[in-house]
Amino acid sequence: MHTTETENSLYTNSFDIEGGNFSKAGTIATRIKSILKEIGLPNEVVRKSAIVCYESEINIVSYARKGIITLKVRSKTVEIEAIDEGPGIPDIELAMEQGYSTANQQIREMGFGAGMGLYNIKTYSDKFDISSEVDKGTFLKIIINTP
Amino acid sequence: MDIETIAKKLNLEVRSASDRLKNNVTGGYTGDLLSDVMANSHEGDIWITRQVHQNIVAVATLKEHAGIILVNSCEPARDTLEKANQEKVPIMVSSLPAFELTGAIYNLLEKKD
Repeated sequence: MHTTETENSLYTNSFDIEGGNFSKAGTIATRIKSILKEIGLPNEVVRKSAIVCYESEINIVSYARKGIITLKVRSKTVEIEAIDEGPGIPDIELAMEQGYSTANQQIREMGFGAGMGLYNIKTYSDKFDISSEVDKGTFLKIIINTP
Repeated sequence: MDIETIAKKLNLEVRSASDRLKNNVTGGYTGDLLSDVMANSHEGDIWITRQVHQNIVAVATLKEHAGIILVNSCEPARDTLEKANQEKVPIMVSSLPAFELTGAIYNLLEKKD
């Protein structure tokens, strides 16, 4: 964990995520949710941030070797970046479709891999950018506006 | 209506966090796809599911569910119980299938307690 102070963000923190470790999946999203609650952000912002963090975390655990989620709280936005080292996404448009998933049977049996992750992230963010390079990794940037 | 009342009326067996049975239940959600539950359930819901692995605790904690009920007499995995006790998430077991249990809880919540 690396906490830093920057000029234009009120709070910044980065969290390491281990690929393939389902026993810890969701712990970073839970931490981020309590941080945002403690800062005193409105419930709706906390709720949306929790959903996008959870889905980003599950994607890293399910598909990547490792990843980092960075949280930046600014005066009018919450910014979440999820960067991973992994297989990347060959067809982003297809991956964004609700119901499309490359998850294996084991992941699906646990109730993950329903093809809703990226779709949920897009739905619950006010601004969403995704880029990916095959065999390198995936980069997500999510912005949630605070009223 | 609190969890204890629901547990008594529907013969649920409590498996974790028995000190949290006063949690207030304001609604419910039934589902086994974790992303669906993340996106569509609400705080205060009782979550009805067939999933027994430890990740259900993270979802219930994040969504601030009142508790989890496992259907068809399915038992939670051991690490699920450990996590649920740590996070204070009540997990209960019902012998009913999801359809019947959901209907019964819906009827209880619709009536005034």
